[in-house]
Amino acid sequence: MSALLLLYRREVSLLWAGGGGPLLACGFALAVTAALPLAIGSEPVRLVPVAAGTTWIVLALASLLSLERLFERDHEDGALDLLALGPPTLEAVFAVKTAAQWTAVGLPLSLAAPVAALSLGLDPALAPLTAGAAALAGLAFAAVGALAAALSLGSKRGGLLVAVIALPLYAPPVIFGAGTVTAAQEGTSPGPALALLAAYALFACALTPFAGGAAIRNAQG
Amino acid sequence: MFGLANPERFMRFSAPLVGPLWIAAGLLLAAGSWLSLTAPPDYQQGDSVRIMFVHVPAASMGLMAYAALGVSCLFSLVWRHPLADAAARAAAVPGAALTGLALITGAIWGKPMWGVWWTWGDARLVSVLVLFLFYLAWLALRAAIEDESKAARAAAVLGLVGLINLPIVKFSVDWWNTLHQPASLLRADGPSMTAAYLTPLLTMMAAYAVLFAAVWITGVRTEVMGRRLRTLRARRAMEA
Repeated sequence: MSALLLLYRREVSLLWAGGGGPLLACGFALAVTAALPLAIGSEPVRLVPVAAGTTWIVLALASLLSLERLFERDHEDGALDLLALGPPTLEAVFAVKTAAQWTAVGLPLSLAAPVAALSLGLDPALAPLTAGAAALAGLAFAAVGALAAALSLGSKRGGLLVAVIALPLYAPPVIFGAGTVTAAQEGTSPGPALALLAAYALFACALTPFAGGAAIRNAQG
Repeated sequence: MFGLANPERFMRFSAPLVGPLWIAAGLLLAAGSWLSLTAPPDYQQGDSVRIMFVHVPAASMGLMAYAALGVSCLFSLVWRHPLADAAARAAAVPGAALTGLALITGAIWGKPMWGVWWTWGDARLVSVLVLFLFYLAWLALRAAIEDESKAARAAAVLGLVGLINLPIVKFSVDWWNTLHQPASLLRADGPSMTAAYLTPLLTMMAAYAVLFAAVWITGVRTEVMGRRLRTLRARRAMEA
């Protein structure tokens, strides 16, 4: 257990310090948000209806940024081989890396999400709901994204490949996450969408470690 | 089933199948096309109803091809049969092509019928688009890793992930659709089809199924022969 805790602290500090951390992700998210009014116009009539949806697109894109380095870094310098030799299984290593990705990228992004949504004209009363749903969606993005990163280990075009694999699988969290906020915006209960979002996030966290462990083992071969 | 996983035995078993399958596919396609072109025009849709005879078989075989890909990936991952990887590979390209054909013919049908080439309002369109993107992702991953056996296993893991995840995507897209756009353009409880359309449609579906089987088996055989060729070349280079 302490080995996993140590690994978690190492991963978080690497993600935090390595220049690919929360600041970069949040900066990217806000930059994309700022580009939206430039593209479609500044009138609230246009921005308010797409505020929730845009926020989720931005979250999905921003959570892709640091995934490429999540396993590739350790694969290149041999740290992944050491981790494979150690007592924790690769499935546990994968789960810890997912958790670190969520802590260092998903949670900071869940604070940037209400900022982005409010700047596009979302009702401020919905800010806590947006942050909570963004945190849950971030968990799903981290798990599915880490799996995509583990699968593309050893390929020559890592970053683009991770995005191409992960984005079709991001459809459910994007639908349910944006659906949660849109439902609240339209005055209906956000409960069902939020419950489905949580279900997908937990399902992804429970199953991806097995696929991810197999993918890492294969890349080391 | 497991006996056929031996490439040698598979080649012997499939050799007499290839020719008849292609001939049957050709005959069924000819018959289906004849039936489709001679069917009476629909009283509402006119002649554009004939697009259905290409569109529906392409869409359903696109899905079936993913099932074939997913099951091949399962075999490749669990029993590590090299033939299963060849089967997954041979199913992916025709599967992507059929799904793409379904999207294109759907758009061609949609323009005169709905007035638009594409609508996000229909859940089926969106989930077929996601299926198509997933095919592309699978092919990209399979091609991006240089080591053949590693590429095969990584692709097998992704194929299995898709087997679990694509139904979830389908369900969530349906749910999203009912949330945003309750009135769909296509209704499941449309008027039941008359025999005049059912016969050509079923013939075309059979034709596409047999055609897919022919392409699939030919693809696996080509892959096995290609491997044999590589081994022979390597051996000759060693001897020289």
